[in-house]
Amino acid sequence: MAPEIVLAAQEQQQSTQPKSVKKGVEGEAKPTREAEKKDEQTPTAAKSTATRTETFVFGIPQNGLTKKERQVPLDEPPPLAQNSELKYIGKPTPRYDGMAKATGRGKYTADIQLPGMLYARMVDATIPHGRITSVDTSAAEALPGVKAIHVIEHTFGIAALRDPKQEAPSKYPVIRYAGQPIAAVAATSPQIASDAAALIKVTYDRMPFVVDKQDARAPDAPTVFPGPADAEGSAGGGGGPKNVPQVGNVHGPERKKVGDVDKGFSEADAVVEGEYFTQVQTHSALETHGFVVDWKPEEVTVYASTQGTASVRDEFAEVFKLPKSQVRVITEFMGGGFGAKFGAGNEGVVAAHLSRKAKLPVKLMLDRKQEHIVCNRPDSHQKLKIGAKKDGTLTAISLTSYGTAGVGTGAGTAGPATNLYKCPNLLTEEYDVFINAGPGAAFRAPGHPQGCFAFEQAIDELAVKLDMDPMDLRDKIDESPTRRVERKIIRERTNWKTRKAAGVDTGPVKRGMGIAQSVWYRFINMDSSCEVRVSRDGSVEIMSSVQDLGTGTKTLLAIVVAEEFGISPADVVIRIGDTRYPIGPNSGGSVTAGSITPAVRNASYQARQKLFAAAAPKLSTTADNLEMRGGKVVFKNDESKSYSLKQIAAKMPTSEISARVTRGPEYAKERITYGGVDYVELAVDTETGRVHIEKVFGAHDCGRPINPLGVISQINGGILQGISYALFEDRVMDRKQGYMLNANLENYKIIGAREVPEIEIELVENYIAQSSTDAAGIGESAGIITLAAAIGNAFYNATGVRMRKIPMTPANVLAALGRVSQEETA
Amino acid sequence: MNKFAFVDCTTVDQALAELKDGAVIKAGGIDLLDLMKDGIVTPPKLVNIRNVSSLRGITASKDGLHLGPLATLSELAAHPEIQRDYSALADAAGHAATPQIRNMATLGGNLTQRPRCWYFRSSDFDCKKKGAGSDECHAHEGENQYHAVMNNSTCAMVHPSSTAVPLLAMNAQVEITSKRGKRSVPISEFYVPPEKSLINETVLQTGEIITGIFVPAPESGTRSAYQKYGEKESFDWPLADAGIVLVMEGERCRKAAVVMGVAAPTPIRSQAAEAVLTGATINEATARAAAKAAMQGATPLSQNGFKVQLFQTAIYRTILLAAGQMQRDPSAIG
Ligand SMILES: Cc1cc2nc3c(=O)[nH]c(=O)nc-3n(C[C@H](O)[C@H](O)[C@H](O)COP(=O)(O)OP(=O)(O)OC[C@H]3O[C@@H](n4cnc5c(N)ncnc54)[C@H](O)[C@@H]3O)c2cc1C
Repeated sequence: MAPEIVLAAQEQQQSTQPKSVKKGVEGEAKPTREAEKKDEQTPTAAKSTATRTETFVFGIPQNGLTKKERQVPLDEPPPLAQNSELKYIGKPTPRYDGMAKATGRGKYTADIQLPGMLYARMVDATIPHGRITSVDTSAAEALPGVKAIHVIEHTFGIAALRDPKQEAPSKYPVIRYAGQPIAAVAATSPQIASDAAALIKVTYDRMPFVVDKQDARAPDAPTVFPGPADAEGSAGGGGGPKNVPQVGNVHGPERKKVGDVDKGFSEADAVVEGEYFTQVQTHSALETHGFVVDWKPEEVTVYASTQGTASVRDEFAEVFKLPKSQVRVITEFMGGGFGAKFGAGNEGVVAAHLSRKAKLPVKLMLDRKQEHIVCNRPDSHQKLKIGAKKDGTLTAISLTSYGTAGVGTGAGTAGPATNLYKCPNLLTEEYDVFINAGPGAAFRAPGHPQGCFAFEQAIDELAVKLDMDPMDLRDKIDESPTRRVERKIIRERTNWKTRKAAGVDTGPVKRGMGIAQSVWYRFINMDSSCEVRVSRDGSVEIMSSVQDLGTGTKTLLAIVVAEEFGISPADVVIRIGDTRYPIGPNSGGSVTAGSITPAVRNASYQARQKLFAAAAPKLSTTADNLEMRGGKVVFKNDESKSYSLKQIAAKMPTSEISARVTRGPEYAKERITYGGVDYVELAVDTETGRVHIEKVFGAHDCGRPINPLGVISQINGGILQGISYALFEDRVMDRKQGYMLNANLENYKIIGAREVPEIEIELVENYIAQSSTDAAGIGESAGIITLAAAIGNAFYNATGVRMRKIPMTPANVLAALGRVSQEETA
Repeated sequence: MNKFAFVDCTTVDQALAELKDGAVIKAGGIDLLDLMKDGIVTPPKLVNIRNVSSLRGITASKDGLHLGPLATLSELAAHPEIQRDYSALADAAGHAATPQIRNMATLGGNLTQRPRCWYFRSSDFDCKKKGAGSDECHAHEGENQYHAVMNNSTCAMVHPSSTAVPLLAMNAQVEITSKRGKRSVPISEFYVPPEKSLINETVLQTGEIITGIFVPAPESGTRSAYQKYGEKESFDWPLADAGIVLVMEGERCRKAAVVMGVAAPTPIRSQAAEAVLTGATINEATARAAAKAAMQGATPLSQNGFKVQLFQTAIYRTILLAAGQMQRDPSAIG
């Protein structure tokens, strides 16, 4: 399939999308999920159903709102007004389950206790590469309290050889990284399980290994696979290209080409060129991966720490050849996934085997060390070159990148270079490098933080070379109307005006400021269904399998339902995170808000219309004479007749009325990307190498913000995770023995309370008239993409030195500043 | 974690009687339990001394400071006399670890905690410190960004105790009790370099308990300070730290102690730096000269050359802080 590219030019508000350019395929952000492919293939509403014409509010308030006509399916509600005219949508609403979480009432997977439940413990490989010659479980079996043991026959998450015959068959999988799961034991207590795990004896034939990406690229390096191998993506995306060339450990390139870069560079007045290095980042969710599986002949119940109840159900059904109707997945409270928790995974499959064998429920939560090894954001080594005319117009971009996703693929970085600015000539070549380390996985904006770190610093460097203000350069090359507004806000609300030339501060501590921009994609998951139910007492419930992975989905849904019924969000009962309810979207690619809220609004609207129809005769009127106004049901022809929802519901002839809705197609597909601009102020101590972030100002677009408090909280989190990535986090592998040295939270360093800067966020409302809510996700465009680049640009402004490597630890900073003398590096 | 017995003691004699057959002392338990969870130590019995009331308490008297080994880092940091007369000790105790840990961590345990070397702490590795046959220090050829930059040829660990740094600069004495009686060891002799023993980091022997720490009263004109530097402000270990004691006569420094914590396998004094300061006027130039002298002869490994720069900064800025010529450094951590 020819690579398709989202060009920045598409983020136009007025014109319709050029026919030649299709949505969605770039780097890691291509719609690997079936449901989104379905969206891609689904024509817009007008082309698929009977519609009526509606007029929508359109545009960005700062630019003056306009109107837009769209064809809307007949059963969908009338357009929403802009946020300032609504009662609950757009108003900051505290987290629906905040109190339950803060007081410990909320039960996470790790908290689930079932009668007779067993505790499981994994046995992991203690070598980085080799073949298992035997697994002796006899001593473990003999230990009192041990109820089941399972030895793994197929390991999930590892790339597979295109030609499996290249490896001798064995009943055990080949060990390709230290920490790879081999077996597991279930026992009556965690202590017995861990004692038993220690009694399982595994013998190996060792094979040569490599854990350093640079070494792995050498022609004579030990190979992780004996031939070409490809990895599947998860429901969260990730996974790399398939069937590309592979030489040794080097898999690729995946090449994307537009125009002619040689011609582009020859036309350039200025060219910048540089190499950039980013490290491996582990997801480090506070709640580790884990499951409680209760295998019963009639139904398998799975409590999962997942961001996709539906995708977990599907994988269990597939692996165990069960009908989907006999697998129930429940995720009521969830302690973070960041892209790495979509499937059954080795731990889920193993827990199910153990539960089936023992005929008892089994809990298997990974420990912190295992959590660090089970998933990560790949690293990168990027060579980037950009050419531009004197006025800033880009003429060519070329990017070559190598990254390692360990035993997996998906280390591409080309998203920002491809999709942020318009450029007629582009060439990107992305390689995955296999090493003997845990697999990469989708991680909050896959590929983008790495890509942005290089690309937005190169754009900054170009501004220096062209003697342009970095904001002015972006005004010239960035066609996004929202980012233009965002830059304007930053210019007005920060110290940007007082920005000094690079490196002019005297003394050891130097201050600087910088910006960077992000682009993300409007993916829609068409598997977004829900049911809204009204009971005769006026109580309202909404049900969907969609899960809240901590992003505030429950609150979001409560607000949307509340707006339709004129009741407070706190009075809506939210039942989600259970596949017994209508199937909702998996939360990856920032799809959740944009996908599920239109279904929820439409279902609420339909339930309400049914309610009006049922109640109208008892009020001696007709349904079309009833409307919601100011939280009351009123007669259109007689405003003095006004009722509460409770009063109306009491007139229902049956005990409940409900509506079940699956999301319909977009009304239009004009706006397919969005993004933000982040500004950073920092201090660099040039004698300690310490980088201290003093202020971050983020201006972000997420369509129509449903709950500004929730959106800001997501952006705060993204900014902090971005700072953590830029300054601290780094997986350290011992190159001689192949183990991860810092698989803990002591030496795998994550931002703490003391490193949190002052943060200010401005949301830019962006009405796009593409669905009944116009909501869009924010999880990925929120800060995580931009921060390393913005910090890099501010670092340059402070010191006059460019940091081309993260994390910016004292070691890396002092080296970049020339403070580590040659003799000292031995 | 292995199964173990737990005995709660209320007197030193009771604890001494229990200390046999591989039993170990548990004070705050912060380090000990971590080591047990990671399978690095597997003691059959823990002797809990936390309820031995005679080992608690802080007394500042004319002759000096008498510290019970159960004094917590929080108590040391908050003590007005320590803040006034032994400020480097208050600084070191108050900037170690986190508030929660400081509330549990005892001085005796802090001085006796084991190294953080990731090869030592990981059950994936055998290392000669763990008694393995291998003669290799994995850090030498391995990942050594956090390791020692001096005296590192046998084993490149650093000793993590922050409180040991000012205590060495203040010539503290450690009182050690066993069934045989009491002995008092200057803290300069308390830590044992790897060349003398790979297994033990201190002179403490089986059956011995630290029962007191004594810090002689400072001469008049004494000022002191401690600062640590590293990657992260929140609960992170130092990559460089300095404890400075200056005895001032007007502008002139009559006596100086310059101690580095995580430069070497044991906390060390720098005579070279002290010589630069002794008799000199303290200012930025002399402070920087002393810092430079302290790092003469450093032998950094492949990845930790930056620590040489970091130590120079830590030393010169902490000298200026002790001398009252600089505020506490916002770039310091903890
Ligand atoms: C995240 C983190 C950050 C940290 N940062 C720092 C830091 O910056 N600076 C710093 O100095 N420390 C730091 N620490 C370490 C912490 O301060 C020590 O673990 C703590 O002081 C140990 O004291 P404890 O009372 O809990 O000792 P325990 O764990 O009870 O004992 C430790 C050892 O000392 C022995 N022991 C205890 N008391 C006696 C005694 N009276 N006589 C003889 N032997 C005894 C025990 O047998 C054991 O071997 C940090 C710890 C963590 C977890």
